[in-house]
Amino acid sequence: MRPLSIYVHVPFCASRCGYCDFNTYTATDLGEQVQRDTFDQLLISEVQLAASKLGADLRAVDTVFFGGGTPTLLSAKALVGVLESIKSEFGLRPAAEVTTEANPDSVDQPKLDQLVAGGFTRISYGVQSAASKVLKTLDRTHTAGAAADAIVMARAAGFAHISADLIIATPGECDADLRDSVDLVTGAGVDHVSAYTLIVEPNTPLARQVAAGVVPSPDDETAAHRYELVDQLLSDRGFTWYEISNWARSGGQCRHNVHYWQNDDWLGIGPGAHSHRSGVRWWNVKHPRSYAERLDAGELPIDQLEELTVEQVRLETMMLGLRTAAGLDLAAVDAIDSVVIAKLIADGLLDGPALADGQLRVTVRGRLFADAVIRDLTN
Amino acid sequence: MPLPQPGATDPRVIRNFCIIAHIDHGKSTLADRMLQQTGVVDGRSMRAQYLDRMDIERERGITIKSQAVRLPYRGEDGHDYVLNLIDTPGHVDFTYEVSRSLAACEGAVLVVDAAQGIEAQTLANLYLALENDLTIVPVLNKIDLPAAQPEKYAAELAHIIGCAPDDVMRISAKTGEGVPELLERIVRDIPAPTGDAGAPARALIFDSIYDTYRGVVTYVRVIDGRIATRDRVKMMMTGEVHELLEVGVISPEPVPGKGIGVGEVGYLITGVKDVRQSRVGDTVTTAQHGATQALGGYRDPKPMVFSGLYPIDGSDYPELRDALDKLKLNDAALVYEPETSLALGFGFRCGFLGLLHMEIVRERLEREANLDLISTAPNVVYRVLGDDGVELVVTNPSEFPTQKVDKIFEPVVRGTVILPSEFVGTVMELCQQRRGQMLGMDYLSEDRVELRYTLPLAEIVFDFFDQLKSRTRGYASLDYELTGEQDADLVKVDILLHGDAVDAFSAIVHRDKAMAYGVMMTGKLKELIPRQQFEVPIQAAIGSRVITRETIRAIRKDVLAKCYGGDITRKRKLLEKQKEGKKRMKMVGRVEVPQEAFIAALSTSDTNPKK
Repeated sequence: MRPLSIYVHVPFCASRCGYCDFNTYTATDLGEQVQRDTFDQLLISEVQLAASKLGADLRAVDTVFFGGGTPTLLSAKALVGVLESIKSEFGLRPAAEVTTEANPDSVDQPKLDQLVAGGFTRISYGVQSAASKVLKTLDRTHTAGAAADAIVMARAAGFAHISADLIIATPGECDADLRDSVDLVTGAGVDHVSAYTLIVEPNTPLARQVAAGVVPSPDDETAAHRYELVDQLLSDRGFTWYEISNWARSGGQCRHNVHYWQNDDWLGIGPGAHSHRSGVRWWNVKHPRSYAERLDAGELPIDQLEELTVEQVRLETMMLGLRTAAGLDLAAVDAIDSVVIAKLIADGLLDGPALADGQLRVTVRGRLFADAVIRDLTN
Repeated sequence: MPLPQPGATDPRVIRNFCIIAHIDHGKSTLADRMLQQTGVVDGRSMRAQYLDRMDIERERGITIKSQAVRLPYRGEDGHDYVLNLIDTPGHVDFTYEVSRSLAACEGAVLVVDAAQGIEAQTLANLYLALENDLTIVPVLNKIDLPAAQPEKYAAELAHIIGCAPDDVMRISAKTGEGVPELLERIVRDIPAPTGDAGAPARALIFDSIYDTYRGVVTYVRVIDGRIATRDRVKMMMTGEVHELLEVGVISPEPVPGKGIGVGEVGYLITGVKDVRQSRVGDTVTTAQHGATQALGGYRDPKPMVFSGLYPIDGSDYPELRDALDKLKLNDAALVYEPETSLALGFGFRCGFLGLLHMEIVRERLEREANLDLISTAPNVVYRVLGDDGVELVVTNPSEFPTQKVDKIFEPVVRGTVILPSEFVGTVMELCQQRRGQMLGMDYLSEDRVELRYTLPLAEIVFDFFDQLKSRTRGYASLDYELTGEQDADLVKVDILLHGDAVDAFSAIVHRDKAMAYGVMMTGKLKELIPRQQFEVPIQAAIGSRVITRETIRAIRKDVLAKCYGGDITRKRKLLEKQKEGKKRMKMVGRVEVPQEAFIAALSTSDTNPKK
């Protein structure tokens, strides 16, 4: 049976970062009895409802991922409680991967210990940068020192895997800042790094600052250069690239994300969470209050559902596969124009030798043009 | 006393006249008022601007095709008269059609807006009328306007025509004031036609229009003899003989009759389907015992401005071809042939009388066939003499010879600009920049000036109207007529995208202006073409010599960093959108260019005379 994963969305943050357009709220009380302190109960009720509706497809899950928002704004007891409900409703596979995202300043040693004791195996910190000026531009509240401490504490607590998110090419960042950031997280002992190029999302405070000229617009020249730099720095430190924005030491890949990219099944729990099962995608209502109302009424809080066409499945398979180091198995997709492939190899975007093994795999340059490669191959 | 009937009207009671007026000076309103006051149209069925038939004409407030209306009129002397009002086209591109309409008349009512004074095109048509020995009845219209200055403009008109200011009539076509007096004046001043009723028939074709139901409707003025139904008629220039199916007069709807005689104006229907078989300026006679000598003044319509017309959606090409074929039936001056452009796909190279003609054709194609079109920058006709003595006519930059040539000739016009004197300096500067040679300058009144220049037609075709309007805040008017050609130092400027010439952007320009064109076009394209995975040079070149260059920097990344947790849908939709965009791309060599970029680069408002 295909693996099943569960994503749990916790829509709370202590403060809002200027670049963020995720579904998250800073208030502790969202009204209509939707409160941060009791939010775990809503999540548990959705887990139970979802399990009851899954019928014959109900099966033990391979990975669980708590994301947000800042999941660690909930107590360790609450997070473990939600995990317990997943265990009891679905069951966990042996050696299941259980991750939570965390802000460096939202954890302490006792909390981390409790999470590990409760079954969490992996923690992913939003470190973003070691440079204080960059953290300031990004509205991050923690310091570089706190990030290092949090990683060290996670190791002490016994997490099997520790990841750090970095944001690269923030206006004001220089090459040395990025080097410091990589050194900070690798030195503190993570076995996984996600490095995302800063995107100015519309309708965010950052977008307004860029529009007003307060913050310079990030340029793709710098972004491409930093991307190449972070790839080099991480390779030098024993990390291997495995998806556009992800690198890991041996055995440190995030299995949960790999399931996404392999188009496996997963359930999304929480407001706005997305789910996928055998070519059908659906997502929950976004606002926590409407989410709570639907659950109170005993309904799954689904907002919309889409059944993928054959063409869409093909596009997604290619889109997701081409972003990974594993690449796209040519046998898995039909009707790709060999002339286009030859041109992409000639342009240095696809890996020639990999093609001999029946794989379409992007080169380093190809990673920077992955969207263009996908468009060319799917035309 | 019975009213004079068509085919049995004494020439002595006929008055054939036209109205010469500038756009918006009230020609159509005056014609409406005459129809009403002579009783051929009652107030209720009065449709505003009755004579302007096509929607497009009504909207633009101009008349493209002339018509003739027979107005029965009882004069103050108690006699019955027949007034034939021949409507004339009002624009520079249709000078020849105007001259034929004038040739069908003995008189012209010169209508000038009492708040604006005479405009260049009106002046040009007035001169045409004077050349045709027409009797001029000068009229100031819109005297009801608060801004009217009848004293001033009466003096101006008197100065131009050489009459007394008191001879200038003052009317308001809108209110009807002065119109009865004008009708009387027409009867009194305009001579009756003369002709030989016993001679073989000769009738001048002054208009020819295609009607979906009736085929070609030909408007004629009988000079000699008589044309009757069931005659077989002969077009003297084309030599074609047709069965005459119907003869009649317009009053204001077609009234079929038995025939028309000397001095009368009417229409003929022969069943032909193409206006080329019944050409403006040709002479109609009878097939048997016909005239041997045609009336003078016939000219073949000669396209002077050429442009490529392409459907924005390439699959509309067959519709465009059909629409052109249909339009051609009604437009003897329109010529076209298929053309292929690297950038724009399949389209047609079209020849027009001038810029307005081009605009009208394009608008009619868009409106009547519901097509979205893009036109390349218009160019004029060049005559190239090669070193080997071989002559070549160039209507498309792609035909411009690459080897050395002996001489290149370009058409020149005599341009007349009428403008307030305060703008004389700036307009003279404009004409100088456009390689103009000043011919003369006259004060029409103390603050209005007529400037005369010889100008290359190519310079007028390229945004001259826009420049003139903006420099004079819209107060200047322009008229021009083709006077010949001159040899000039002309070059073809090609625009190269990543080394490949883009045909749609090539232009023939004067050597001194090559750089300016290159800088303008490369700069524009740099803004319009998205960055590619490699650096793209945009160059302007004369032959193999690059004269200016811009560079589109290479894009360095084209990837979205994050797949937003499980939100694959968002990412997929983004890709689908990008793929849609890619479909609209055209490849120029290795460079992807959005269709919109071609359109934006070519839609220089510069070439649009109506703006």
